[in-house]
Amino acid sequence: MTNLQLWTYAVVGATFCLYIFIAIKARATTTGEFYVAGKGVHPILNGMATGADWMSAASFISMAGLIAFSGYDASVYLMGWTGGYCLLAMLLAPYLRKYGKFTVPEFIGDRFYSQTARVVAVICLIVASLTYVIGQMKGIGVAFSRFLEIPFETGLFIGMGIVFIYAVLGGMKGVTYTQIAQYCVLIFAYTVPAVFISLQLTGNPIPQLGLGSTMSGSDVYLLDKLDLVLKDLGFAAYTSQKGSTLNMFLLTMSLMIGTAGLPHVITRFFTVPKVRDARSSAGWALVFIAILYTTAPAVGAMARLNLINTIQADSIAPDTTQNLKIDNLPSWFTNWEKTGLLKFEDKNGDGRIQYVGDAATNEMTKVDRDIMVLANPEIAKLPNWVIALVAAGGIAAALSTAAGLLLAISSAISHDIVKGIVAKDISDKTELMAGRIAMAGAIVVAGYLGLNPPGFAAQVVALAFGLAASSIFPALMMGIFVKRMNNAGAVFGMLSGLGSTLLYIFVYKGWFFVQSTAMLADTPEGWIMGISPGAFGAVGAVINFAVALTICSVTKAPPEHIQHLVEDIRVPMGAGSAVGH
Amino acid sequence: MSDAQKYWQANIRLVIGCLVVWFVVSFGCGILFAQQLNSIRIGGYQLGFWFAQQGSIYTFVALIFFYAWRMNQLDRKFNVNED
Repeated sequence: MTNLQLWTYAVVGATFCLYIFIAIKARATTTGEFYVAGKGVHPILNGMATGADWMSAASFISMAGLIAFSGYDASVYLMGWTGGYCLLAMLLAPYLRKYGKFTVPEFIGDRFYSQTARVVAVICLIVASLTYVIGQMKGIGVAFSRFLEIPFETGLFIGMGIVFIYAVLGGMKGVTYTQIAQYCVLIFAYTVPAVFISLQLTGNPIPQLGLGSTMSGSDVYLLDKLDLVLKDLGFAAYTSQKGSTLNMFLLTMSLMIGTAGLPHVITRFFTVPKVRDARSSAGWALVFIAILYTTAPAVGAMARLNLINTIQADSIAPDTTQNLKIDNLPSWFTNWEKTGLLKFEDKNGDGRIQYVGDAATNEMTKVDRDIMVLANPEIAKLPNWVIALVAAGGIAAALSTAAGLLLAISSAISHDIVKGIVAKDISDKTELMAGRIAMAGAIVVAGYLGLNPPGFAAQVVALAFGLAASSIFPALMMGIFVKRMNNAGAVFGMLSGLGSTLLYIFVYKGWFFVQSTAMLADTPEGWIMGISPGAFGAVGAVINFAVALTICSVTKAPPEHIQHLVEDIRVPMGAGSAVGH
Repeated sequence: MSDAQKYWQANIRLVIGCLVVWFVVSFGCGILFAQQLNSIRIGGYQLGFWFAQQGSIYTFVALIFFYAWRMNQLDRKFNVNED
């Protein structure tokens, strides 16, 4: 076993022991603890747990890679996945906390006095959460197979086992406290290599400042250097805009309202003791998220520069005598090549690799963006313990998000379907058991989908955000801010927002993601007005608002007790402790 | 107008104010006017690029805490706080 593997086993093993220890300490004994951690989580701790819940394998592993290869255009993810918290803090979280129930569909069902609305919300929730969880499962498998060199399946089973222990035993309570630990692991794992690399390249230990600094030993700014090198090699400049402005605008908006509408994030704000805690907790969540999200642009830019310098040896395209030699590849290069995520082809047969923008002469035929964060410490020749830490961080990010999503799914099944519709008079104890069984079932289904990912796994993230943006967010917002909104308006609004978004995604991605049935080309030229399927959620939300407000204005106002309910959730007074069930 | 209505109106005004700032820093400075702002520089950052990848996020954090602080004041003023 190599030194790196020993380190990885030690670090990953230590974090797993910590998670299991917390699971045993934080068992749930009532449904209140299982669904919302007894509403006793301190707002700062809840913010930390929300950070881990929100930052998935995609944030940890993929985002910096996306930024590295798209530069300025990837800003949509940075702004979109953080700006949603403003909407959450000001438009949803405090009011939903005041209402004081356990799940998002429960609020929608009660507010619009309609089981149909509740069922539509449950379906959106399950589809959005399940599609999201597949990616997490895949992330766990990849991290295990690359760093511990054990089979993908075994890695996935170990991950499932760990989530099973703390999520089934502890419910929201166990998940919350493990997420706090996972946040610490993942943020440490993300920032340590970033600090090292920033120091190496710019001499400034703070990556956010390093990105705006000059290169060590020269007076050229890092970003200017990167722009220059990329342009010399025939790539687009890093800081310039490549996509259309309208699409950037709508994609950012869709991600923001999608973030605010994702049920597993909203539910986290049900766990704090008071309404005012829900407000500040959203701020704390964003502080903890921002630490990673403002570091990511530095990681992306520096990783791109390091990658180019390693291969192209800091020289301009035609001069290739310094380039990386094929018979002398560094170990990270050959390791990633084995996974198929990195490929090269010596097209001109000179025994060296050329990495240029022109597809005809470029010899780096595949650099998967997902490897950038994981390979970054190796490219920068950082010590083995740092690389091991990154593996543990990636696994922590995937596990914490998976647990949050699985909890949202199991609560919707046991609370909204079993207790709410099928068997209304079951006891608290039976419901708790139903919750645990639903959780176990959800883990098995998610694991199965992780092992046999449907061909569309990569496409479905657009679906998750599209669903949340076009159906759940507008319904919740109108439920709070439009007192006159009634059942008919809400149901038709949700269905039309959902329908139009699904339609737009299916036209480009194929009906139910069967690619051969796609009706229009999924390219910027084929998109209507240049709007990508992932960016359509914002348009779907506008359709939802418009339909709901129109139908509501011609149908009967909601009954008196519902209007009182709306007035009541608008003031914090009287929220106090948990509402009995 | 009742106190409850006044409280709600003050809340709405605050939310709208905050969301205007939210929109201006992200969609305005980060996307719509990013190219124009890029002619201004702070250190190695072009300003539009900085807003898109750093500045908007810092502003979001500050906005939420400002909102929470102002809402707590309103809660006390209209006597609808939780204690």
